[in-house]
Amino acid sequence: MTGVIASMVNSRLILDVYLLTCVLINLSTERADSIEVSSVQNGSRDFVLEGDAGAKTELILAAASDSAAGGFTWAAPSATLNRRRTWLDTFDWRLYRAGLTLEQVVSRGRTELVLTGRDGEVLAQAQLTDGGRLHWPSLISALPAGPLREQLEPVVGVRALLAIARATSRVRERRALNGDDKTIARLFTDQMAVTYPVRAAAAPRLTLMPLRGYHGQADRVGRALSNLPGVTNGNAPTLDIALRAADRRPGELTGKAAAVRLRGSTPATRALATTLTALFDALEANVPGTISDIDTEFLHDLRIAVRWTRSAIKLCGGALPDGVARRFRPEFRWLGDLTTPTRDLDVYLLGYASMSAALVGATEAELTPFHDYLTRSRKAAHTHLLRGLRSARFARLHDEWRDALADMKASRRRTTVAQLAAEQIKAAQRRALAAGRSITPASPAESLHDLRKRCKELRYLVEMFGSLHDPSQRWQAVRELKALQDCLGEFQDAEVQRAEIHAFAAQMLADRSAPAATLLAMGEIAAGLALRQHQARNDFDSRFAAFASRSSQARLSALAKSTIA
Amino acid sequence: MRIFATYNIKGGVGKTATAVNLGYLAAKDGYRVLLWDLDPQGAASFLFRIKPRVKGGGKALIEGTRSIDAAIKGTDYDNLDLLPADFTYRNLDLLLDSAKRPAKRLAALLAPLKADYDVIFLDCPPSISLLSESVLRAADVLLVPLIPTTLSVRTLDQLTEFLGELDGHRPEVLAFFSMIDRRKQLHLRIAEELPATRPDFATTIIPSVSAIERMSVERAPVTAFSPRSVASRQYGALWQEARQRARLAPAADHPAAAS
Repeated sequence: MTGVIASMVNSRLILDVYLLTCVLINLSTERADSIEVSSVQNGSRDFVLEGDAGAKTELILAAASDSAAGGFTWAAPSATLNRRRTWLDTFDWRLYRAGLTLEQVVSRGRTELVLTGRDGEVLAQAQLTDGGRLHWPSLISALPAGPLREQLEPVVGVRALLAIARATSRVRERRALNGDDKTIARLFTDQMAVTYPVRAAAAPRLTLMPLRGYHGQADRVGRALSNLPGVTNGNAPTLDIALRAADRRPGELTGKAAAVRLRGSTPATRALATTLTALFDALEANVPGTISDIDTEFLHDLRIAVRWTRSAIKLCGGALPDGVARRFRPEFRWLGDLTTPTRDLDVYLLGYASMSAALVGATEAELTPFHDYLTRSRKAAHTHLLRGLRSARFARLHDEWRDALADMKASRRRTTVAQLAAEQIKAAQRRALAAGRSITPASPAESLHDLRKRCKELRYLVEMFGSLHDPSQRWQAVRELKALQDCLGEFQDAEVQRAEIHAFAAQMLADRSAPAATLLAMGEIAAGLALRQHQARNDFDSRFAAFASRSSQARLSALAKSTIA
Repeated sequence: MRIFATYNIKGGVGKTATAVNLGYLAAKDGYRVLLWDLDPQGAASFLFRIKPRVKGGGKALIEGTRSIDAAIKGTDYDNLDLLPADFTYRNLDLLLDSAKRPAKRLAALLAPLKADYDVIFLDCPPSISLLSESVLRAADVLLVPLIPTTLSVRTLDQLTEFLGELDGHRPEVLAFFSMIDRRKQLHLRIAEELPATRPDFATTIIPSVSAIERMSVERAPVTAFSPRSVASRQYGALWQEARQRARLAPAADHPAAAS
């Protein structure tokens, strides 16, 4: 043991000489090529160099070391590592809303996807092998199988992942050393330049990562940095920094039809103009994605915006300037009809896997020609849709509707939006009730379809004027309405799909593209739909009775009245 | 998690150098590695520039009043942490003796680290004691550095015999010749003959070279500051043999290696 202690004492002496005569480059070169910046680790601190400080990183760091009066020194910096970063999310920001950030990082020819959580903790990573680089937008099915995809699937669903921002980063690592030349923290300087959606430089960012067991000493480094002029604490995620540099806000554009905030005392026409403008913004936001066919939800959300618009014009047309409803109702009906065939086929294709998996008598392979037929038909329908969205009629609708909306905003009509909402909700409630009460066991499917439309109108009104109501009161008021709508939706969808399958079968037979086994498999699907429809029809009476009950109707009436209370 | 222990009754045979270099190489391969410097002399802690001090000393760790987790320090290398030495470790035998099931105490202390580490190295002090027995029961593979002398081989035989008497878990032994002086015929002859006849011997030998001695000056593993040296190559080969002996899956296959 004595020998070892002697050797340690000798080593200390040697080290003293070593410290006086050597620089620390030797130690740093080994690590220079191994920069690993996980987004945030336990106890890490972020700083932003603002204004002039950004151009003087070296001086800032030297000043930090000096101000700590020998508390720590910096080792020589590592070589610069260039990274290309692409942040990904769905068009409606599903990841951002779920507190997740997905980033593709390309560095030294390696491409990696990194999924981080709300606090920056790494949840999953996936290497993209050579040649496996993904092109964005891509559906989730294009990602390599593994934990990353498994975590993303339930959040992303059928939506595509798009590049929402891109940047290049120049990253350098410096190690803060204590008196023993032991690393106590690693400091990463990140000079980021945003390249998409616009070109912009972001303020340099510093990330200080204490080494395990050295948090106390690393705190001194952090304090020394934060006390310097031009250095501010900043723990915003890099995505937020990139978007801010590009003057964008996360979640700013989702393409969803949603209620806008209204004041009850606002003149009805102006409030409608605000609502319809927001709906048309949502509609327009989905046009490029529908044309590029990025994912099926662009078209779906476009159709919802059209449906809300049609209902608003139909139900509240009296509050619009003269001639507006008459002029635009047929145009939005045309737009709605234009989109229907593609959406119907999307619904088949999205449900195809579960539809074929549910076959009992037929095999999945026997159904394949049906899938091929649906794919071909969908392609043709989409081409037709594209023609419509690029047509002069659509361009004219766009321009004239925008003009009409601008005119509406200047309206001075006296009726308030609260009065309009109360009247229309009450009237829609009455119509739904009457339509439902007229249905008997002998009524045809059209009667239920008609009731479904009345229910939809009522629901749209409640949603569209949602900001005028208390949210919990609204939720209570539409509870039974929603249950009834689900039942009617199941009934009507099964009815339509069954009829369509018959039409598809007839067409495939005429085209000679359907072997007998495929037609039989399609027959099995049609039979399944008939069963579902039958079940929905059986449920109808109890669902409607709940909706028509005194308590449910009283809640809806109270909701209507509350807008003018 | 696999536990390797560098062990020999004798001192100065290269236990610490082996633990430090194999620990570094394992971490470089992507395993999450912890090295516990059990030797109160603190040579491994010194080589990583970490103060040989644990709050509450060995008593707090053995008695469980301070968690091992809180005493761990990060080294300068990715994936490689160190549980430092403490001078109170000289009393670990006494502390273990008063603990419940002393021979299994070390294994019990290490068990909760399974989620955080893939590989643990125990750098043991030169002795045969209750601590040694606790190490033998915790380890999956004993790495036994030997100086190539007839006496050393006899020591290994005694160790094997002792292991044979243990009930239950027994570590595998991977002995190897260390500090081989290539100028000495006896060294070369023994280093060549024994590994060929005994399965508990590694074929890799660690030569006596100045690069390894420089570790105490550089205060870093030779495999880090001189990765292309003969010593580093030999430690690399020894790590591969140790990894195979422990049947350790490649780091890429390890569930935690990706995170």
